[in-house]
Amino acid sequence: MPDTVEISVNGRTMRVPAGTSVASAVFAAGLTQFRTSVSGEPRAPLCGMGICFECRVTIDNQPHCRSCQIPVQPGMRISTT
Amino acid sequence: MTGTDVGILGAGPAGMAAAIRAHEAGARIIVMDDNPGAGGQIWRGGERTQTSSQARQWLRRFQGIEQFTLANCRVVSAEANPLKLLVETGAGAEEIVARSLILATGAREIFLPFPGWTLPGVMGVGGLQAMAKSGLPIEGKTIVVAGSGPLLLAVAAYLKGHGAEVKLIAEQAPRSALTRFGVKLLRTPGKLAQAASLQLSLLGIPYLQSCWIERAEGDGHLEAVVMRRDGKTWTVACDYAAVAYGLYPNAEMAALLGCRMSGAVVAVDELQRTSIENIYCAGECTGIGGVDLSIVEGEIAGYAATGNLHRARKLSGRRKRAQAFADALNTAFALRAELKQLPRADTFVCRCEDVTFARLQSVRSFRVAKLHTRCGMGPCQGRVCGPAADFLFGWRTESVRPPVFPARLGTLITKQSEEEEITASQ
Ligand SMILES: Cc1cc2nc3c(=O)[nH]c(=O)nc-3n(C[C@H](O)[C@H](O)[C@H](O)COP(=O)(O)OP(=O)(O)OC[C@H]3O[C@@H](n4cnc5c(N)ncnc54)[C@H](O)[C@@H]3O)c2cc1C
Ligand code: FES
Repeated sequence: MPDTVEISVNGRTMRVPAGTSVASAVFAAGLTQFRTSVSGEPRAPLCGMGICFECRVTIDNQPHCRSCQIPVQPGMRISTT
Repeated sequence: MTGTDVGILGAGPAGMAAAIRAHEAGARIIVMDDNPGAGGQIWRGGERTQTSSQARQWLRRFQGIEQFTLANCRVVSAEANPLKLLVETGAGAEEIVARSLILATGAREIFLPFPGWTLPGVMGVGGLQAMAKSGLPIEGKTIVVAGSGPLLLAVAAYLKGHGAEVKLIAEQAPRSALTRFGVKLLRTPGKLAQAASLQLSLLGIPYLQSCWIERAEGDGHLEAVVMRRDGKTWTVACDYAAVAYGLYPNAEMAALLGCRMSGAVVAVDELQRTSIENIYCAGECTGIGGVDLSIVEGEIAGYAATGNLHRARKLSGRRKRAQAFADALNTAFALRAELKQLPRADTFVCRCEDVTFARLQSVRSFRVAKLHTRCGMGPCQGRVCGPAADFLFGWRTESVRPPVFPARLGTLITKQSEEEEITASQ
């Protein structure tokens, strides 16, 4: 396994260590907002273990992925709201 | 459809121990977990990253046995008679039929609402640690750790060890309760050594008791928290706040299967049997008790589920000792009533549907709240607001319906078409 993986977050290409979760990669990209709540608030991960659904992002065009439970893969395109 | 002797839901310490013991009896095993790897909440990140020898030993033993593991999968629904589980994987859906089932679904953190708790940067205590273990950069970040329980200390030590600046640890329990607990620790030498080494690594971090976060502030993300202690308040600037008020059992799957509950936990007997034949439950879904209790309960369940009752019974002494420690722990860190005053009228209690505290105050039960406010009806299905509503209003969820996780339509259709096939062939 290579030590780092190339991904893109909101169109910006970056490399993160292999094994990093998508959520941690989004933070590493300098972003703080992952999604917008039903009343319009910015939201980001709370539980880190797959239960709160606050960390949802779009991965390779698939919306509502729980980013804390998914490790990065080479070439993954991630976007937040 | 896949058949097996023992289905094990959860690959934390309890599920791993159950798998190892069931394997000794030659049983075919399928282990299922939502996480990408085994280890559960405490041993996240694989064998190589573990610092405790206990963790490395159990992970190695688990990897060494012959079993079929479904990682990164969610069990979204289950039926008791015959025992059937509907599992959603990355690739699709699968139905698993088992002779017996061991539920080792663990626990989640209790998040209590306070003004500003929905700001990005406010996370759980184990939550922030899990994020850090999966690559969140924390070096040089300023962090306040708050809430209740021994996890605060373990996580503060971890964060400090990885280069974060932990500004303070705020424990809501009073010092007197912790002192009484400390005296009990003296009777458990292994734990005392752990506590001592923890204390060393926490050197320099203030550990304040009877202290909690009153509110969090920031423009679009967390910038500071306001602390309260002895009637005084003060502001601490920070990048992250790690806040959780203890743990709450993940009992949804057991409830869905119809297992008898005892309050919020799954009721089991001395052999980890639930009220339903061939369904066992082990670890923190039967009560919060820490890793040693989870392991011994898992071992008992693994033996019992494969008919090894003699071996299972021999572990009762070990279980009793771990339980005594857990009881002392839960008494010492009981939550104080003042925390019920933290939410303001406009503070969201349900983060999925943005339901405020004021709206919940106007209804009488969780059932009515669901109908009239959509509280607990979002994707987390009450996993976050449920424990908060239990603490704030004394509400319990009365019934659990499938799917217990939001499932893809395709997964549910798999189930339906198989059911139709069965009905058609009858
Ligand atoms: C976030 C968090 C962090 C923690 N960190 C520590 C720590 O650092 N040190 C410490 O001493 N204690 C920690 N604890 C306490 C910890 O819960 C116990 O010490 C121990 O891990 C309990 O083991 P267990 O096997 O009972 O449950 P867990 O370790 O919680 O394992 C349960 C497993 O079941 C899986 N699961 C549950 N439901 C489903 C489903 N429907 N479908 C698929 N999979 C499912 C979960 O993904 C999980 O891996 C933490 C707890 C939490 C919640
Ligand atoms: S942070 Fe809670 S589900 Fe991902």
